[in-house]
Amino acid sequence: MYKITERTVLSEREIEFWIIAPRVAAKAQPGQFVILQVDQFGERIPLTVCETDEASGQIRVIFQVIGKSTAELKHLNAGDELQDVVGPLGKPTEIKNYGTVLVVGGGVGIAVLYPVIRGLKQAGNHVITILGAKTKDLVILREECAMYSDELILVTDDGSLGQKGLVTDAMKAVFAREEINQAWAIGPGIMMRYCTDVATKAEVPIYVSLNPIMIDGTGMCGCCRVLVNDQIKFACVDGPEFLGDQVDWDGFIQRMHQYHPEEEEAYQAYQEKQVQLNG
Amino acid sequence: MGKRSFNKTPMREQAPEVRQHNFKEVALGYNMEEGQLEAARCLQCKDAPCITHCPVMIDIPGFIRQIKLGNMAEASKILSRYTNLPAICGRVCPQEKQCEMVCRLGRSKKFEPVAIGKLERLVADWELDQPTDVTDVPKDKGKVAVIGAGPSGLTVAGDLAKIGYDVTIYEALQAPGGVLTYGIPEFRLPKRIVRKEIEQITEQGVKIETDAVVGKTITMDEIMHDFDACYIGVGAGTPNFLGIPGTNLNGVYSSSEYLTRINLMHGYEFPKYDTPVQQSKHVVVIGGGNVAMDSARSARRLGADTVTVIYRRSSEELPARVEEYQHSVQEGIQYSWLTNPVEYLSDEDGNLKGVKCIKMKLGEPDDSGRRRPEPIPGSEFTIKADTAIEAIGQGPNKVLLDTFPELNKNKWGYIDADEQTCATSVPGVFAGGDIVTGAATVILAMGAGKIAAKEIDQYVKSHHSMATV
Repeated sequence: MYKITERTVLSEREIEFWIIAPRVAAKAQPGQFVILQVDQFGERIPLTVCETDEASGQIRVIFQVIGKSTAELKHLNAGDELQDVVGPLGKPTEIKNYGTVLVVGGGVGIAVLYPVIRGLKQAGNHVITILGAKTKDLVILREECAMYSDELILVTDDGSLGQKGLVTDAMKAVFAREEINQAWAIGPGIMMRYCTDVATKAEVPIYVSLNPIMIDGTGMCGCCRVLVNDQIKFACVDGPEFLGDQVDWDGFIQRMHQYHPEEEEAYQAYQEKQVQLNG
Repeated sequence: MGKRSFNKTPMREQAPEVRQHNFKEVALGYNMEEGQLEAARCLQCKDAPCITHCPVMIDIPGFIRQIKLGNMAEASKILSRYTNLPAICGRVCPQEKQCEMVCRLGRSKKFEPVAIGKLERLVADWELDQPTDVTDVPKDKGKVAVIGAGPSGLTVAGDLAKIGYDVTIYEALQAPGGVLTYGIPEFRLPKRIVRKEIEQITEQGVKIETDAVVGKTITMDEIMHDFDACYIGVGAGTPNFLGIPGTNLNGVYSSSEYLTRINLMHGYEFPKYDTPVQQSKHVVVIGGGNVAMDSARSARRLGADTVTVIYRRSSEELPARVEEYQHSVQEGIQYSWLTNPVEYLSDEDGNLKGVKCIKMKLGEPDDSGRRRPEPIPGSEFTIKADTAIEAIGQGPNKVLLDTFPELNKNKWGYIDADEQTCATSVPGVFAGGDIVTGAATVILAMGAGKIAAKEIDQYVKSHHSMATV
């Protein structure tokens, strides 16, 4: 069992946990994730390791409430325990000194991006960060990202914070004014796809962190498969980071919708049960 | 005692029209009376060939004689000397290719062989209901790590614990059992039986650490530092895909994913359990092994209207167990022999709507001695399908192997280990089961485990005596 030691509400839909998982805390590197399962009835869901504290054996994860399992997680408190936390899984980010890097995060993807930013800064890069979200309250980890960024650009759809518009607009502005050696985009599939288009047009290589449906997370089922450079890759063991211009985006985005009816059924049943139990 | 019956004593089964709608066990097992009747058919051969054709060499006439006499405790004691998982092997071993194939009774024209597997199951199921009586062996011989809690790892662990080793099994998933837990469905192998049989191993003092992915959570360096020896039994768990166009459409699965969702995650009990599995109308399963049978029969139980197994060879070459094939036919599974898929067809939303296939003919024998299937040009046709499940085999999982380059591998990427000793190129590191042989059977993996346990004992003893010199 894995105990939750701290629970913080970051926004209306985003929650942060610190969890005691000493083996993961000792090994996790930027870009890696865990699979967790709440209890015996639960499903296995992947979440990025946002930060670790090896001394206390804890890891920090951030999730967005989008369905049954994450809604159930939201109702857990400090002191509650999770049945399983497995990891660290996936390949770590290629951290090295590239020169000047541009990193772009959207929504809850910022939680995945943050350890990458930190790693890149510590490796001596000049880090330009763009964070985007629908509205002000959804731009999480602002201060932490600022701490490891040489420049921080904020973008919201409604203009409630920073520039009004899309992260791709901000990217274009950066590419127009200076030379970037390597870029990252982490967020919703559609955002990563458009970021890839912009970077590719500017001839800047870009890494994306894919978040397909996963079961085991250890390469034994192929549920998370994606075509990269026309070859079948398993995101859980070959990724989750890939070069954006090599990803078959249509296929990737389609496969995300595979279980929509079942996901809605489960979420609705859960909400009805919560209403019955708690009014 | 009357005359021997020509046929095996039949085992009661759930009726096909009932069982195709549930995941409960199909074969219901012998009662004592049926067991004794069947046991009386055994000729009690002196140099019994059945023993030498069992990969763990169980004293088969010995335990059968005890059933005939009604001494179940004695029969169970005999079994436990040779096997750690009798309730499982009695159910899933391909006995027709092993012990029962050479049964002398079965060799005579009119007779079927003795139902050895069903008798093993009878004894093992009886034993699981008895209070366990564990003799506490002090664990002072040394520390051994076992990587992977499948049948071979469990066997190594059980055997070493019995003779005084302190054994820890590291398992990547949340539950031990390997393929017994995530692969073979409930209707062939109830998970209650798997859990109980594993409990009997942990009662010997074996520790099982789940959620531990060796290579990621724990490194091989740490294992080699902390233990006197280790055994790698991680199986052949990475699915192969044909890679034909449309492989990434929604509705196309590997059998590994399909069966893991159903068995490990209880997808057939969605939404009581959170993991969904696709609700299908028309299912195509590709392959002819036991995994293909398990996938097809599971799809049927989830409510599919039609389930069609397509196999590139003919019924003669089907590698699956005859019993499972017959069960599947009784449950309404259809077969399209000499057929291979060439493309998955998509609707406008990226969902599978059909499998384009081509007819095959058998040509000259290949390396395996089986006639090679060849496509017949111009014979393409389409089967309507919203779900396709590829059960075309697995390869070695690289998560551990990639972090341990010192270990020699063969040209297929499996671990190069000596079949007689399970020793690898790294001293103190042993390996067996599917990660050495490629996907094979539960009992062969157990056989490797038995060998490895003996060799590990030898290795640790000589190492310790060297250290004290």
